Formats: sequence, structure tokens, C-alpha cells
Amino acid sequence: MSAPPAGALATRDLSLWYGPVQALDLVSLSIAPHAISAIIGPSGCGKSSLLRSFNRLHPLAADVRVSGDVTLNGASVCASSLPVEELRRRVGMVFQRWTPFPVSIYDNVAAGPRLNLRLERADLDAIVEQALRRAALWDEVKDRLREPARRLSGGQQQRLCIARALANGPEVLLLDEPCSALDPIATQRIEEVLWELRQDVTIVIVTHNLQQAARLSDETAVLIGGRLVEHGPSSQLFTSPREPRTEAFITGRFG
Amino acid sequence: MSSLRHSPIGDRLYQTLTTLCAISVLVLLLVLSARIFVAASPALQAFGWRFLTGAQWDAVHGVFGVAPAVYGTVISSALALALATPLALAVAIFSAEVAPAWLRSILEFALDLLAAIPSVIYGLWGLFVLVPLLRDRVMPVLTETLGLADTPLFAGPAYGPSMLAAALLLAIMILPYIAAVAREVLAAVPDAQREAALALGATRWEMLRHAVLPYARSGLVGAVILGLGRAFGETMAVTMVIGNRHEMSASLLAPGYTLASLIANEFAEASATLHHAALMAAGATLLLVTLLVNALARWLVWRVRRPGDA
Repeated sequence: MSAPPAGALATRDLSLWYGPVQALDLVSLSIAPHAISAIIGPSGCGKSSLLRSFNRLHPLAADVRVSGDVTLNGASVCASSLPVEELRRRVGMVFQRWTPFPVSIYDNVAAGPRLNLRLERADLDAIVEQALRRAALWDEVKDRLREPARRLSGGQQQRLCIARALANGPEVLLLDEPCSALDPIATQRIEEVLWELRQDVTIVIVTHNLQQAARLSDETAVLIGGRLVEHGPSSQLFTSPREPRTEAFITGRFG
Repeated sequence: MSSLRHSPIGDRLYQTLTTLCAISVLVLLLVLSARIFVAASPALQAFGWRFLTGAQWDAVHGVFGVAPAVYGTVISSALALALATPLALAVAIFSAEVAPAWLRSILEFALDLLAAIPSVIYGLWGLFVLVPLLRDRVMPVLTETLGLADTPLFAGPAYGPSMLAAALLLAIMILPYIAAVAREVLAAVPDAQREAALALGATRWEMLRHAVLPYARSGLVGAVILGLGRAFGETMAVTMVIGNRHEMSASLLAPGYTLASLIANEFAEASATLHHAALMAAGATLLLVTLLVNALARWLVWRVRRPGDA
């Protein structure tokens, strides 16, 4: 196996509008490759909009306008040489509310590879198993791969969604508040999975849970009102923030 | 009064009232069915199973069998469903997933309008436009140009009024129902399902195939069943174009009969008690056939739903 691609994301002067409402204002941010980056900020600050700019999956039926640029390994994600379908295979995404398809566990994980590759059965089996192993779900489901995915518990379904994204072999994994509807034990399982994954996948996680950002992430970016307020190593940002607004936010004085 | 609104009595009153309303629907159905079967009983006693299997309907000699009408009802409806379903699903998919907003509203309006046309108007159009068109343009092509006259499906003389005309007209009539319900079903699929597919690198078509349609499957089957129910019960338009001949023929070009048009045609003239009872029995048969198909459909919906959601 060749060395995994770098998975370096960056934005330059990224602004985004929904109709007349501006959600992002000149955000310039470099995401560290092969690390976990957290994006935090009060509700409606543009966290999800920023995350969705990385794989160009803006909310359906929304009137979205974007200026500035987003790059993956130095190349614009809007370049015509990079079809949006290929971008999304390389930059996977997991949503707040788990979204398994109404098919079996196996077919959920196989959905991505089946879209893109013509595979022998054995190869597909191997991809599914590896993806489930990386999402720490294999041991729980290996005897029931043909069962409907919706029989799994919430935490298992969310890890299934992570496995489904991993089956495409992405360089980057985007997670939009993946644990906000889960109990602490299920949350911990997912954090362990992400911690293992960071060795070969760049991880960007939007979270409302500041403790989660502090204990899980290598770097943290603070967004307030669509602007990037502060970005730095989490250890430094959560203990001695440079910006007063960051301090006000993480100490709970607003947001 | 205000004490009633906040007291358990108001709650109980409301509960009793709604329960009564719900029960009255069931009672109505039971009484209706019972009345029909009671009125039909002289014919059922006289002929037994031969009423269902017999092909002869002779009011003068008092011999009644509904097999050709049952056959015509089932075949014309099934054919209409086969013609309308792909088209209606395509319309629904286009309207819910592909069309821009302005076109979508026009399409919805057109569908509603199509559904609102009285069936006698469909019948008139069928009689004066569709049937002549079939007789002069379509049927000669089928039998002569394509040389299908030797196959049983297209055998015999082509007068115009036929099973084919009825099926085509029915297909047009049930299309807006299937399309409208299917559209609602597709629109009810959560955007999260669509986004999940797109996030895996699916194109819009792949998203539709792998995320939207599987999610909507049982609802779509329901939409088709609704169309079938409409086709079974449709009387006026079918009576006007099917030819009303009490015979069973494999040929689509031959005239036929349906249970509903049989009843509509003969009720005014049914003076003999047995004739009257036989028509009631035909009504009972239609009720049973509809019930049977609906039960089958329920079972089908239940079966397709099982593997997906637990």
C-alpha cells in the first residue's frame, strides 16, 4: 500500500451567503493533516457551513453563494479537474443524526464502493470488513451483516456511518456534531475510533461539546458570527486563549 | 363552561365522541356489505359457485354467471396499472427531484386538474377521440403493419370499443392519482438520506436509486395500490368504451365487460327478482375482488417494508 495522501485542507478568504444572509466572512484557515481539528462556536456561527464547504455539500434547496477558495492538497475543490463526486469520495462526511440507508449493514458499508468501483465479491467483502474494523464495529456485527442497519443501537448506527464513509478510502473525514444525540459511553467509543483514525485520515469535527473538543482535538478553531476568531493548538487555546472573545466563549460567558 | 374545558369530563367527552365516529365507519361498512349479500342471496343460492365460474348472462332465461365481467375487471385494471405506473413514477420523480420550482408548481396544478375531470368527460373523450383513433390508426398498424393479427392478443376484427381502449383510458385516469401520491411520498424522504448518499460521492441519479427510492419503497407501492383501487371501481368511462359484451376473449381488440359497467347498464331494467339479485351478487363480487386485491397489496407493502426498517 502506498503512503496515504496528505489530506491537507485550507480555506482562503472564504465567504458564504444563504440568500441575503452571510454565514461566513473571510475565513482563512489551514487544517492540519493527519490530526483532529475541532471547530467550535456558538449556535449559528457558521460551523456547519464551513464544514460543508470542504466537500461542497451545501444544504439542498438552499440558495448558496460562495466567494474565496477551498483547497485540498493545494488544489481548489472547485476546479473542473475535480468532479464534485470525486471530491466527496476523498472528503467523507458523517452527520449529526445517523443516516443509514434502509438496507442491510453490509449493503450500507458497501454503498460507496459499489457506486464507484467494479469489484469482485471477495474484494468488496475485504473493503467492508476493513471499514467496519476501523470503525470498531466489526466484532459487534460480523455475525449479522445481513440484518437491517436500523436494528443497531444509535451509537452503532453512527459508527456504521463512519464505516460507510471510510469504505470510500477518504483522505479527510468531516463530522458534524456526530455525538450530540448519543450517551456518554457511545460518545466515548466514537472518540476512540476517531483517535485511532487520525493516524491516516485528516479529521475535522464540529462540536457543541467543549470538553470533547478539548480532550479529542489537536487543534481548535473558534468561529463567532461567521468570522474565524482564533485558531491554534487545543492545549493552548483552552488554557490560555489569546482572544478575549474566545475566553468568553469557552468559559461560558456567552454562546 | 371553563370548568368543562379543563376537567376530565371534557376529555372523556372528546374521547367518546371520536371513538363513536371511528366506530360508525366500521358499522357502515359492515351494514353495507351485509345488505348487499342479503340482497344477493337469491342469486347465490340459485347458482352457487356457478355464479362466479359461469360465462352466461341471460336475463330472459334467468341464467347468470359473472366470469367474463370479473375477467374484464381484472384484466383492464391490471393492464391500466401496467401502463400508468412507469409513467406516473417518472412524473413523480421528475416533479419531486428534478424539476425547478416554477415547473414543479405547474406540473402539480396539471396533475390536480387531470384528477378533477369528471369520469363522464373522460368517457366522452374516449368514445369520440380515443376509440376512433384506435380503430383507424392504431389497430390497423398492430394487426396489419406489424402482422400481429395471428397472435391471440390481437386477433379478431377491430371495431374500436375494446379492452385496449378501456385499459388506455383507465391508465390516463389513474395516472394523476398514482403520480400525486408518489410525489408526496418522495417529498417525505428526509433530506438527510439524500445528503448521506451525496456525501458518498453519488450523482443525483445514484442518490435517487440508492437512497431515495429504497426509503420510499413501501409508500410507492401504496400509491400504485391506490391507483388499482380507482381502476377497479371506475364505471362510467369504462362502460362507454369497453364495448359491453359479456364474453371472455384473450384479444385486446375485442370488446369486454366489467362488473361495474354490468351493474350500471342493467340496473334500471332489472325487474325480475332473480335478475335484481344477480346484479347485487355482481356488486358483492366486485366488493370481494377489491377487498382481496387490497389485502394482497397490504401484505405486499408489509413484506417490502420488513427488510428495511425494523
